[in-house]
Amino acid sequence: MFLLQANTTALFSVGELQLLAPELILTVCACAVLVMEVVLPYKRGKLTGYFSLIAVALAGASLFAQWYANSYLLPLTGFYGMVRIDGFAIIFKAIFLIAAALSIAVSLRYLDIEGEQRGEFYALVLFATVGMMMLACGYDLIALYISLELMALTFYVLVAFTKRERRSNEAGMKYFLLGAFSSGILLYGMSLLFGVAGSTNLGDIAHKINEVLNAPPMLEGAPTPLRPMLLLGMIALAAGLFFKIAAVPFHMWAPDAYEGAPTPVTAFLSTGSKAASFALYMRIFIEALGGMRADWAPQLGLVAAITILVGNWAAVTQTNAKRLLAYSSISNAGYLLLGLVAGNTYGYVGIILYLLVYTLMNVGAFGVIIALHRRGIVGDRVDDMTGLAQKAPGMAAMMAIFMLSLGGLPLTGGFIGKYFLFGGLLQRGATEQKNWYYWLAVWAILNTVVSFYYYLRFVYAMYFREQPADNRPLALSPALNTALVVACIGVVFIGIYPQPFIHAAQALIGALAASGVVALR
Amino acid sequence: MNIPHLLSIITWLPTIGAVIILALFKKDQASAIKKFATAWFGLAFVASLGLLWYDRTTGGMQMLEDHQWIPLIGARYQMGADGVSVLLILLTTFLGVLAALSSWNYIQKREKEYYALLLFLQTAVVGVFASMDLFLFFLFFEVSLVPMYFLIGIWGGENRLYAAIKFFLYTLAGSVVMLLGILKLYFLTQDTTITAKIGQATLNVVAGNQAARNLITTTLQEATKNGTGTFNIMYLQALGSALPMGTMQILLFFAFALGFAIKVPMWPFHTWLPDAHVEAPTAGSVILAGILLKLGTYGFFRFNLPMFPKASADEIAFRLPLIGVFGVRHVMITLASISIIYGALAAMYFVVKRDGDVKKLVAYSSVSSMGIVMLGLFALNPNGINGAVLHMVNHGIYSGALFLLVGIIYERRHTRKVSEFGGLSHVMPGYAAVFLAMAMTAIGLPLLCVFISEFLALRGVFEYKPSWAAWGALGIILNAGYMLWLYQRMFFGTIDNPKNEKLTDLSGREWAYMLPLVIMSLWIGVYATPFLRFIQQPTNAVVQQVRPDYPLPGRTQTPERAER
Repeated sequence: MFLLQANTTALFSVGELQLLAPELILTVCACAVLVMEVVLPYKRGKLTGYFSLIAVALAGASLFAQWYANSYLLPLTGFYGMVRIDGFAIIFKAIFLIAAALSIAVSLRYLDIEGEQRGEFYALVLFATVGMMMLACGYDLIALYISLELMALTFYVLVAFTKRERRSNEAGMKYFLLGAFSSGILLYGMSLLFGVAGSTNLGDIAHKINEVLNAPPMLEGAPTPLRPMLLLGMIALAAGLFFKIAAVPFHMWAPDAYEGAPTPVTAFLSTGSKAASFALYMRIFIEALGGMRADWAPQLGLVAAITILVGNWAAVTQTNAKRLLAYSSISNAGYLLLGLVAGNTYGYVGIILYLLVYTLMNVGAFGVIIALHRRGIVGDRVDDMTGLAQKAPGMAAMMAIFMLSLGGLPLTGGFIGKYFLFGGLLQRGATEQKNWYYWLAVWAILNTVVSFYYYLRFVYAMYFREQPADNRPLALSPALNTALVVACIGVVFIGIYPQPFIHAAQALIGALAASGVVALR
Repeated sequence: MNIPHLLSIITWLPTIGAVIILALFKKDQASAIKKFATAWFGLAFVASLGLLWYDRTTGGMQMLEDHQWIPLIGARYQMGADGVSVLLILLTTFLGVLAALSSWNYIQKREKEYYALLLFLQTAVVGVFASMDLFLFFLFFEVSLVPMYFLIGIWGGENRLYAAIKFFLYTLAGSVVMLLGILKLYFLTQDTTITAKIGQATLNVVAGNQAARNLITTTLQEATKNGTGTFNIMYLQALGSALPMGTMQILLFFAFALGFAIKVPMWPFHTWLPDAHVEAPTAGSVILAGILLKLGTYGFFRFNLPMFPKASADEIAFRLPLIGVFGVRHVMITLASISIIYGALAAMYFVVKRDGDVKKLVAYSSVSSMGIVMLGLFALNPNGINGAVLHMVNHGIYSGALFLLVGIIYERRHTRKVSEFGGLSHVMPGYAAVFLAMAMTAIGLPLLCVFISEFLALRGVFEYKPSWAAWGALGIILNAGYMLWLYQRMFFGTIDNPKNEKLTDLSGREWAYMLPLVIMSLWIGVYATPFLRFIQQPTNAVVQQVRPDYPLPGRTQTPERAER
């Protein structure tokens, strides 16, 4: 049937294929990795990893070319409106590629130690990246859902990748069950939205929703007829997405999955997957459901407040570093939600900057944990960091910077991200003249103080205790070191001189056709 | 004489030194590191002497620097200092040398990191005093926590982990709320209904001189060009005068006040201080008491009073059953008075207590002393504020000295319990003499520095309300009580503890860092005019802001004119 159609009218043009050039490059390379896996002997398995890094670099180059060619940032659509390349898509894709590159770099040596140096790993990472990138540029519920599933399915496998490891299997199972469940809820929400709008295109849905909301009631004083259905759809969508970003009360899977998964996968899951889910969140809630802001903003605000509380306080008692960072990642989902609640340029710039910084600092933190993982030493407890400042001063200093940045201390990128998120809230409070925005900001910022308590536990283990936990050398590799140094420099650079990043985020976010976007002034 | 980029040089010189230490020295070169670090602190002090060319007759913000930094959020790299900043920066660099010198024997491990952190800390603190941009100020203000956290946590006493984290979280809690206040103020600079009300006269008052006035103008032009607000502190102060009195101004006042009150610390936010002091190494205590506490009072002087003038002077905002109508000013003065009395009583308790710790005593005496600073500030008249600012400097001198003295005896005996000592004047006459000088300074003996500042501050309070001054005076009496008592128990009588019989008197190095403090105390006590002349003009500007109708004596007869 496709062929038949293609003969009569072209299904798509070559120009449209160019829109997806980065994704196509990654897909082809991922397939090539699978072939290489079979051809190469096991000892050469690492080559597939380096090849994947090159693939990511190529995709990045083509993404940059897209940005460069389209400097006015006009949104380009293709495939019957299913794909939309705008500034929003480009900046998110850049974040995913950074996350993928760093995660691959930190996993090279790790897989050797685990004895699982297989090409599938890198292929799966690349496929997951493709899914994420499609999420950022999808403009149609179907396309979005398929991309989401592509990402999720590869992650189910990745989480359980170390198959001899029980924790990993258990984590994969849990993640799969809950993830599938949440996908179902999400799909339900999408179907309701389709039922109201009669279209799966986000732009059409937005139009239709505005029509529905502004339609004159049939009877004087009667509610708008389709409104309850819309609300239900919105809530189902929100719940499904809360699962994906690990927001309370749908956060239960995160600590188990993060702890059990191989550490590089945890790093990728906590950064790439979270950023992708936020891209989806923004696409659906700002573009499609932007007209219902008054309905979802308070709901999101409440969830954000609870998420920040639970994430931060639960992290305080953790002794396992990966689990601790899982709770920290939950609380960070809460902070990121604040940007959506704010829903103005400050908020959006905050989300993007924070996601970028979060990717760098979180992969960095997990990278240090990976360096502690040696044959026979799991190395994922906070206590395993003890005395690191004596044994590996550079590594300890970088970890300290990542931790202070996660907390949001000035001069690190984390501060700049949080600065914009809170600024957005205050600005929104002033424009809407509603006080709860202010109190939400106060609540969130007071909870960052709690977060410093557990982030500083790493610092105090590394610096204040002098006897190293063990005398074995760290599992370092050139790729890991480079990744850590790059992440660390990025975090500090964004903290000290964020101007170019703010500028880029602001320019690219300008393309986001959002209701209620106010100029950054 | 005007040295270009002087403030930046003073601020960043220590960081350069720290980087040199980290990069060029090896771990085991302890003796070279400490000599180099001390010399470098000396260099920073010499550089800071350039500030003495601050033009005291013109006043206002001088040594200005202005560079593009993050135009998209309106943050600029702006530096500037008025007389108050100049004195506090000089105090910082001065105490920095002494702190480094005092650590030579005390610090016996990880010297490389130690001196690097001390240098980093100095950069952060000087940056706080020298910033003319609120965003920059906040950066320095927050970052100053980190080196201190490490200093307490690595080189502290037994309970250092607890003290370090408590110090960090406590002060952080205050400053994050301040961050929200800063953001809100920033957005207000874009609110044309408020900015339209800012008068030229106000801008002239906050700037103080033409160069600073021009800086405001260019900053505003840049901000308009980029479509952003501004963080310029002078402009924000002017904005404060135009801000209508109401819930928002009061909330903003308290958002800032919380951050600074924890730093000061005022009762009931003081509990981190004794812990931090007891655990910190000597030099850490010196910097903590001598300088870090001043960040809080400096914040009140620089931000709370001029930026929220109506809230600061407010006396009718709240109403409670039984108490009746009261205002923000009453709240602050009450807290200050409680701090004075409470700090003094707590200090007294540690003289009597069986295992009373001298360091804890000095820490509580700081709470009491900073209460006097706060009391003077909220007198809101020139005398009160002059006294308060001078008292900041004096407190830096005498509490720094007392902590150094405690450190000296701790190095010899490895204990700080009052009950362990007695009759020390027989074996350590030099030490006893210096301690006496400093104890007398703390008490406020005339001809020593604290007398001048306490007298001025309390005179200001007296002008406002005699009954409030009575509380301050009571605190001073209590101060005298515990100091004399402590001195008697430690230095007089016979040596009843055999361990004290062989103690050696001050060494040359110890004399070298104690004598300058004694001399400073005497100098300010005998002839404070040169110091007061630095403070005078900024103080008058603040008073003019807070109470536009105040009949400034400075206008008709300043001590300066009287001299001529």
